[in-house]
Amino acid sequence: MFSVMGGTMKAPDFDYLRPATLDAAIALLASSDGDAMPLAGGQSLMPMMNFRVASPSALIDLADLAELRGISRDGSSIRIGAMTRYAELAASAEVMAALPLFGMALPHIAHDAIRNRGTLGGTIALGDPAAEMPALALALGAKIELAGPDGTRVIDADEFYLGYYETARAPDELIVAIHYPVALSDHRFGFHELTQRHGDYALAGAVVARTAQGHRVAFFGVADRPLRLPALEQALNTNPDVQSALHHLSAIAFTGDVKASAATRQRLAAVALTRALQGMTQ
Amino acid sequence: MTRTVAIDLTVNGERITASVPSRLNLVDFLRNDLGLTGSHVGCEHGVCGACTLTVDGVAVRGCLMLAAQANGCTVTTVEGLSDQGLSTALQAAFTKRNALQCGFCTPGMLASALAYVNAGGTDDRDAIRAHISGNYCRCTGYQAVVEAICDTIKEART
Ligand SMILES: Cc1cc2nc3c(=O)[nH]c(=O)nc-3n(C[C@H](O)[C@H](O)[C@H](O)COP(=O)(O)OP(=O)(O)OC[C@H]3O[C@@H](n4cnc5c(N)ncnc54)[C@H](O)[C@@H]3O)c2cc1C
Ligand code: FES
Ligand code: FES
Repeated sequence: MFSVMGGTMKAPDFDYLRPATLDAAIALLASSDGDAMPLAGGQSLMPMMNFRVASPSALIDLADLAELRGISRDGSSIRIGAMTRYAELAASAEVMAALPLFGMALPHIAHDAIRNRGTLGGTIALGDPAAEMPALALALGAKIELAGPDGTRVIDADEFYLGYYETARAPDELIVAIHYPVALSDHRFGFHELTQRHGDYALAGAVVARTAQGHRVAFFGVADRPLRLPALEQALNTNPDVQSALHHLSAIAFTGDVKASAATRQRLAAVALTRALQGMTQ
Repeated sequence: MTRTVAIDLTVNGERITASVPSRLNLVDFLRNDLGLTGSHVGCEHGVCGACTLTVDGVAVRGCLMLAAQANGCTVTTVEGLSDQGLSTALQAAFTKRNALQCGFCTPGMLASALAYVNAGGTDDRDAIRAHISGNYCRCTGYQAVVEAICDTIKEART
């Protein structure tokens, strides 16, 4: 995750604010000139502050914002409030039925104690390139609902991840909810990730959604952001044999770091995709 | 502005009110302000599990939660585990199986294990290992810990 810079492991000082409404929270963010940060489950933000990778002047705790809670189904789409915790997702029969990929991915995200606090909105907002949920959002064609000083907007997950921990969210905007298309009976899903230990961030992972429109394939852990490869999806649509599609992986600018070289990651991505396709839901 | 925060919470059955620095994390508050040194602090970034404790009935990392966020919450540390479901049986099994040596990981290990057994976790060793994979132990090699959790589950069934 982050490298230790030596010295202190304590967070720098900040104001702790706990607004009661979404409007109040946005007003606080807007008046801080980008120095304040939203606090959701804190499962990434607290380590970032302890390592002093983040040093916000204020934390705006989203805990009391009713607007960011709740799971509701509206016809062919399911809306999940940003403050919904991983553990709540796993415990929701509605989510498990509407989004089979969530059941496949959630056990791979960290550990129980972290899933009890971490939220969907937090992981979507953070955009960790190795995180599962941003890749699921891409594979499923999710939409992200943002609220800011000028009102609400909805943006496609495809347009949201711009670079290394960089998203289309403005500093004074909050993610309110994420909208996902509900799985139909003819949809099929696959998920596979390769890690050093259970619960670790993935060295490479692949998420596949197959619908009447064809394949959507998202990768995580491989590059500076979660991504799809339209050419590879097209290849799978015309020939389901994964071997014929793997050469498209070379379009990815693979990450090379202490855990795995770029060449290793390319191989692992091929393995993850192959296994995700082998393990598609029936 | 608000660099101290007033909090009101329940710790091991006792109501506590305090004024805390906003940056103080929960495990430091418990250890340094309340003298509850049973919860340990290892990595301070969520990886080692030594600080795992119970908040509102679920296991959390004490180093990844601010004391301010615990306002209104019910916190249980290893010192207050005695009446939490299978905790007495679990602690006895840890002793019997030698599932602790230096004991540094033990309070967090117990909190994680207790969440597993109280939630009706199975005695499948792989499932137990996956569950405690977020709690590092540098002494036991985990085998004894897995056995202790297994014993507790089997005994609870009989
Ligand atoms: C040991 C360990 C292992 C982990 N392993 C994994 C893993 O395998 N896979 C994985 O995906 N994650 C992993 N995580 C990270 C975890 O998933 C985090 O919970 C998640 O990334 C952030 O969610 P959060 O609610 O805790 O957000 P926070 O940490 O509170 O916030 C994260 C960021 O998002 C912003 N933010 C939060 N909510 C909103 C919102 N509604 N609107 C706008 N901005 C917002 C915050 O300002 C911050 O910048 C791990 C964490 C730890 C400590
Ligand atoms: S000290 Fe909290 S997980 Fe290591
Ligand atoms: S008993 Fe020493 S670290 Fe686990």
